Amino acid sequence: MATIHLTKEAFDKAISSGTAMVDFWASWCGPCKMLAPVIDDLAGKYEGKALVGKVNVDDEPELAARFGVMSIPTVIFFKDGVEVDRKVGVMPAAAYTAVLDG
Amino acid sequence: MYDVVVVVGGPAGLSAAVQARTRNKSVLVVSGDVRDNPLWKARLVNNYLGMPGLSGQEMLESFQKHAREMGVEEINGRVLNIMPASSSFYLGIGSQVEEARAVILATGVVRAAQLPGEAEYLGRGVSYCATCDGMLYRGKEVAVLGMAADAPEEANYLQELGCKVTYISDRQPEGLRKDIAFRRGFKRQVVGGQSVEAVEVDGERLPCAGVFILRPSLAPVQLLPGLALEGGYIAVDRNMATNLPGVFAAGDCTGTPLQVSKAVGEGLVAGHRAAEYIDQMDKS
Repeated sequence: MATIHLTKEAFDKAISSGTAMVDFWASWCGPCKMLAPVIDDLAGKYEGKALVGKVNVDDEPELAARFGVMSIPTVIFFKDGVEVDRKVGVMPAAAYTAVLDG
Repeated sequence: MYDVVVVVGGPAGLSAAVQARTRNKSVLVVSGDVRDNPLWKARLVNNYLGMPGLSGQEMLESFQKHAREMGVEEINGRVLNIMPASSSFYLGIGSQVEEARAVILATGVVRAAQLPGEAEYLGRGVSYCATCDGMLYRGKEVAVLGMAADAPEEANYLQELGCKVTYISDRQPEGLRKDIAFRRGFKRQVVGGQSVEAVEVDGERLPCAGVFILRPSLAPVQLLPGLALEGGYIAVDRNMATNLPGVFAAGDCTGTPLQVSKAVGEGLVAGHRAAEYIDQMDKS
């Protein structure tokens, strides 16, 4: 399953149940480009277990503001719609899987 | 993809770059403003063998010229992070990404101890990258803590994006736009609640939503989590290898004496060993 690009309209429903991991990014951010393949890879590995999504902060400034995203990339983890953790900056895949598996 | 990316082109980094080129490796050197190099400010260097009487600036310019003549590529920028992939490394440099098979860290001594509140508010208002995060602060008050020579340019960029910039440093910056407020300050800390609300400069509170902390270079452990240190310097062996395979280090960032000859010598070892590391990878 490919990474899901989330919009304002679809966001709440998408993260409402189970585990979700959402990468806030933009095209003008170098570190975000670095993280993209890691996120895509996790989307494949966690298919059926967790939702792996991306939010383009240029297209969805309301979502970025709502979650207080002030530096990108920021990856936010949700359980049943509630934020449980966030990681700011580029991290190795293990930092994300530790939260997903935890 | 480059064979080798060198992080900061001072004496150690340029020496490593030249040596890797002699082994026919493609080399990219990433540097900020050359004026941030402590050697640039040395009026006279008399202890470099066979070449006494040169200024630090003359030495650096000569090293740069040599590297360029050897086909070393250069880009201007600040490395923000380094991510190991399966058989290479990705380096985030401002809004660019480069890939390398081996990395040589030659960042010099990164003097900056973190400011109070800096780590706590990283990603909640504290940022190291104007190009990455500036857009998120349009129309808002931001403080730029300028510690690198090119920090005024980044402050100008933020102002042009529509941020309301206050520039804070210990001396009057050159090249700052006239519509940017300048505040001289020494003792600085970041304060807030859920996110940044202000910087305190010598006890005075300046409200802002964002704080851009612009140093000449990020600390190596910030660049590369998991890098082993020893006494505050990068731990290396005789091959200038760090604890991370494919990552080498040379010069002041590995420890004292903080001297040009030592940096150049270590750069040579790091350049050769990085080239050998790549050759080994090709064989296996």
